[in-house]
Amino acid sequence: MIAELGLAALWLAAALAALQLLTGALAVRAGADGAEIAALTRPAAVLQGVLAGFAFAMLLWVFAVTDLSVKLVASNSHSMKPLIYKLSGAWGNHEGSMLLWVTVMALAGGLIALVERRLPERTMQATLSAQGFVALGFYAFLLLSSNPFERLPVPAAEGLGLNPLLQDIGLAFHPPTLYFGYVGLSIAFSFAVGALVTRQVTPDFASAMRPWVLGAWVFLTLGITAGSYWAYYELGWGGWWFWDPVENASLMPWLAATALLHSASVLAARDALRAWTIMLGVVAFSMSMVGTFLVRSGILTSVHAFAVDPERGTFILFLLMLYIGGALLLFALRAGTVTEGTRFAVASREGALVFNNVMLSATLAIVLLGTLYPLLTEAFDVRVSVGPPYFNPVGAIFVIPMLLVMAVGPLLRWRQDGFGRISRELALIGALILAGLVLFAVIGGIDLLPLLGLALAGALAVASFLPLKGRKLRRTPIAIWGMVVAHFGIAVALFGMASESAFSQERLAAVRIGEATQVGPWTITLAGVAPVAGPNWTAIEGRIEASYDGGEPRVLRPQARNFWAPPQETTESELATRWNGQLYAVIGNEAGDGRWQLRLWWKPFVTLIWYGGVLVALGGVLALIGRVLGDIRRRGFRRRLADRRAEALA
Amino acid sequence: MRALLASIAVLFASPLLAQQSLPPAPYAYRQLDDPAQEQAAQDLMETLRCLTCQSQSIADSDAPMAGDMRHQVRIRIASGESPDEIRGWLVERYGDYVSYKPEVGAATWPLFAVPVLLLMLAGALLLRRYRRRA
Repeated sequence: MIAELGLAALWLAAALAALQLLTGALAVRAGADGAEIAALTRPAAVLQGVLAGFAFAMLLWVFAVTDLSVKLVASNSHSMKPLIYKLSGAWGNHEGSMLLWVTVMALAGGLIALVERRLPERTMQATLSAQGFVALGFYAFLLLSSNPFERLPVPAAEGLGLNPLLQDIGLAFHPPTLYFGYVGLSIAFSFAVGALVTRQVTPDFASAMRPWVLGAWVFLTLGITAGSYWAYYELGWGGWWFWDPVENASLMPWLAATALLHSASVLAARDALRAWTIMLGVVAFSMSMVGTFLVRSGILTSVHAFAVDPERGTFILFLLMLYIGGALLLFALRAGTVTEGTRFAVASREGALVFNNVMLSATLAIVLLGTLYPLLTEAFDVRVSVGPPYFNPVGAIFVIPMLLVMAVGPLLRWRQDGFGRISRELALIGALILAGLVLFAVIGGIDLLPLLGLALAGALAVASFLPLKGRKLRRTPIAIWGMVVAHFGIAVALFGMASESAFSQERLAAVRIGEATQVGPWTITLAGVAPVAGPNWTAIEGRIEASYDGGEPRVLRPQARNFWAPPQETTESELATRWNGQLYAVIGNEAGDGRWQLRLWWKPFVTLIWYGGVLVALGGVLALIGRVLGDIRRRGFRRRLADRRAEALA
Repeated sequence: MRALLASIAVLFASPLLAQQSLPPAPYAYRQLDDPAQEQAAQDLMETLRCLTCQSQSIADSDAPMAGDMRHQVRIRIASGESPDEIRGWLVERYGDYVSYKPEVGAATWPLFAVPVLLLMLAGALLLRRYRRRA
């Protein structure tokens, strides 16, 4: 019954998306005469959001009570699983995660229908119509090829369980966070399409779009940061970024959203970069869809596996081509009528932002190429691998100039400025980079990229605070603080990344109980080994005493776990965090002669990678708060102005 | 080509299956005594693909095959082979797929041509925009 309620809600929501597409489109065509039909669009969008949310709640319900007559529950859950993993299991699979995707999309669509009143009503109708169109495609995908509520003819006796790697608190929040980001960009996409349809690419359009881009970007930043930390402690080998296609799938929308964010700021503040902003709005959501296609179609395991069961993949591919192709076609038809807007000089805030937009886009192109290229050649039966030795240096060609300009850009004035005016700041940044290079080169043994990273990070950390110089700190707008914090976060994360790759130390050792080994400044003693059991696993747990530089020892308890549903071995690493880095300990198998395999890493300042990510997200939140408060204040001001005018006329 | 890869995979996998219960090769989980050699081995291992995993290097995997490949890399480094020779040997055995570091070749030249094109495109785009504005 519950499952059928969910399914019915989903069909109704799809019907409302169709209605929203229709009434929006009709209202745009009818213009001022279409007020009656236009009045239907917003309620349709809101109701669609409510229904999709209801359907998702029903899915959570069947997972919570482990209703084994539902196929999805039977194949992905298990009655013995802790409740939190039962719930997170609802979206730890294809159908559930696609339902989460459309739910977030519908909720976001409902929200803009409720709150967005700044844009001309006709643009708004076009936007909601576009949003309905995009949502409709994903409803069709869900209902026709990935029904999450499908029943089994005979209920299963027991569920098949959830991949043990995914039974982790990280998973409970990682995919929803990313999806909020992915799908938030669909709003930017719809705004871009709406503005193109009515040819109203104005600063108002940019300020209406910006909070959505900011919000999506914050979620993406958090999602990527959390995903990276999850991979780091869960996979058990101390790596934090693998240039895996699944990771790239989340990085690409982030790069596009970062570029979009900055170009929307130029459009909002200076009425420049109109066509470029629209283009990025289309690209950003396209990257979200490409990412979904990569992850959801099964194409990553193998192009041939994809060809064997092509139904879902082809469906998403079709949606991809329909939406991206359609938007690009519209762009091509309308781009001629969208002028680029106000002019500006090279040495100006816009000049720097344009430079970095181009660099971000180029980086995005590299990541896209490196991710898709192996799939492309595999289709021709040539298998190649593209990994860190490609992405790191080639990406750096574009990222390093971008970081340099990022240090300088915020110091420049809008429209027209000279480098002479900020020569002292430029000298300071240059001197810091040089000092960093010399300092770390003297230490020696550091590869070129980490060396550049360390030097740039130091300079960037200082440079990110320079825009505050000469400002009264208390009266500095919150949005400026947001920029400062986010840029500082980039510097912090960069330092962590460079330090991890420059200074990490590894020790693989087979030790008897009571024996000690060394990794970096740590002395590690294996004090004991004991069997332990959890709700759905048994494990060997090592008791490790770790002492930093001869200090008081800390006890770590890494485990080698055996899950039984489904059967799989995993290693649970244990981390000892200090202000200056992390000790990473893993216990492996017994070597046979009473010795145990230990894998140990000392990673100086590795935690800064994720602290940096969190700072970047915090900067985004501050900017969002600043922008929204600013909008509210301006709205009040405009209303008072209008009132006064009305009074004067009367 | 596909049949060849498949047969190689089978050839390699069958002794592995038999070995599952045996302890892993000695240098799968043991470092070389010389830190410089170990560093060279580590750097190389991070750029070799674990063929039985999804998107992991042999330096990041518990799979038996990754362990065997780590063992091979370490003993070959220890016996004085250069990392490039070892990579060449592995590529000869398993194809380009095993190396995360694409070399310029018939199948991979676009990977290197596109960044150059992008640089030119980015340069042209910026020059045009800046010239017009200034």
